[in-house]
Amino acid sequence: MSSFTGKVWKLCDDIDTDIIIPTEFLAMKSVEDMKKHAFHPLRPELAALIQPGDIIVAGKNFGCGSSREQAPEILAALKVGCVIAKSYARIFYRNAFNNGLLLLENDQLYDLCNEGDELTVELEKGQVHLGERTFQVAAIPPDLLQMVQDGGLVATMRKLNKK
Amino acid sequence: MGYTITEKIIMKNTGQVAIKPGDLTTVNVDRAMVHDIFIPFVVSKFNEMGFDKVWDPDKIVLVYDHLVPTSFIEDSRHHKIGDEFAAAHGIRAVHRADGICHQLMPELRYVVPGQIVFGTDSHTTTYGAVGALSTGIGYTEMAAIFGTGKLWIKVPSTIKFIINGELPKGVYAKDIILRILGDIGSDGAAYKAIEFAGATIENLSIASRMTLCNMAIEAGAKFGVVAPDAKTFAFSGGDKAAYQHLQSDADAVYERVVEYDGSTLKPVVACPSNVDNISDVTDLLGTRIDQGFLGSCTNGRIEDLEVAAKILKGRKVASFTKLIVTPASRSILAEAVKKGYIKTFIEAGAIIQPPACGLCCGRSGGIVSDGERVIATNNRNFLGRMGSPKSEIFLASPATVAAAVIEGRIVDPRNYLP
Repeated sequence: MSSFTGKVWKLCDDIDTDIIIPTEFLAMKSVEDMKKHAFHPLRPELAALIQPGDIIVAGKNFGCGSSREQAPEILAALKVGCVIAKSYARIFYRNAFNNGLLLLENDQLYDLCNEGDELTVELEKGQVHLGERTFQVAAIPPDLLQMVQDGGLVATMRKLNKK
Repeated sequence: MGYTITEKIIMKNTGQVAIKPGDLTTVNVDRAMVHDIFIPFVVSKFNEMGFDKVWDPDKIVLVYDHLVPTSFIEDSRHHKIGDEFAAAHGIRAVHRADGICHQLMPELRYVVPGQIVFGTDSHTTTYGAVGALSTGIGYTEMAAIFGTGKLWIKVPSTIKFIINGELPKGVYAKDIILRILGDIGSDGAAYKAIEFAGATIENLSIASRMTLCNMAIEAGAKFGVVAPDAKTFAFSGGDKAAYQHLQSDADAVYERVVEYDGSTLKPVVACPSNVDNISDVTDLLGTRIDQGFLGSCTNGRIEDLEVAAKILKGRKVASFTKLIVTPASRSILAEAVKKGYIKTFIEAGAIIQPPACGLCCGRSGGIVSDGERVIATNNRNFLGRMGSPKSEIFLASPATVAAAVIEGRIVDPRNYLP
């Protein structure tokens, strides 16, 4: 996953977890059922359009609101390549890495990219490319990156309990 | 160099003699709470992780509140899985119909001053009202806590809000926290601790302090905390001497200190669809309201029901408006019955619901359709939270909600208080 390219879906500031997955869908049996309802209140058509590897670009405070872990989990289930936002809410940030969803932070890209653009992410360099332009993203600590690559905290704990 | 109450609680927990904001540290969990929506997920992650027993069954609390009473056929599954897990692991603290988790945790003294507590719900920050550090996490991390009793955290910096001065008539803790949210924004305290202090805060009841700490998360905060005092001691019990260290040092280092004059605060409302979209109630007069909601872990306590009952006494809810009353716990409901508040609500034409989350989480009891407007005492007015994404939610104090439903439009609550 060190380098990948994906199509942009662009969302605004303060995308809360009630928008990512409303409470009415939280008691569904599986994440596979739930993921069809991603972003339902804001853009009901979006979940069906997101393709594996696509990139969500958003403004500030992405994932604010409730602690519902289904929010990052359904984005991971939709095989979103990564989210690139200006900033993230705290609980969502932890939950995303624990579920193998990669989050990157950059405060300039948002204003310069459009929905449908293609972005290339180079994790080793901490760079995101949009056409000729290059954006720097904050470094992800190696142990967190390892957890994302393992698939999340469950996999990490399984390793621990097997020893 | 001195320390904040937040840093002192963390140091006491870990045994460290010095810490600073930004340090990563692993804390011992004093209490872990899971509510019914997330129980099946915690259980399946716990099993997937390969654990076979919980670290300490006496430190785990299960509360059924989001899906009580059940609304859909699948809801009971959550409770069944909870009952089975509790039986298998010897967990005795299971509350099946006693009220909202964030009310029960302090009320039943599962959380007391100086503790570090995690819950699978963002409003877990509420327990800072009794001088504890508590915050929300996801179900995967909770499964790891069930297995290990530990969690890593980053030591947060603290923003201190000092509020002095007597609150004017018609202004409550809810107006204080909404004003703060309007000023610092929905990410104004992201990853940080918020400490509430000053004479105004000292004069607030524990219930009102819970309202403040409950909504600390709405500014993105990790913790909201009020240093314990005689009121906390009376509420939480325990050894008063053991609370002495739970005060910030005079030379503690804060990221920012913000002062308010409480006597200048006004009744305010959070407008659709963000908690930081704050207006003075006087700028919204006449806004049509289809439904009022009085309840939740933010404002479903006895003092909230009391002020609403005082306003509704001898008055009626407007004919085209509904008022839904949902006390935060069984004991609050019992007290409200005893004090005659429930009788007042019934006579005013309100719909009384059993103690639980109810409409706040948008799963039951008062779901709204396109174009409807709700004025509510809870903590979130996000798009579609109470039903249709084309409905609108306004957040306000119990007094502002009670006054609005009488007229079916937003009014100044100060004109309706006895």
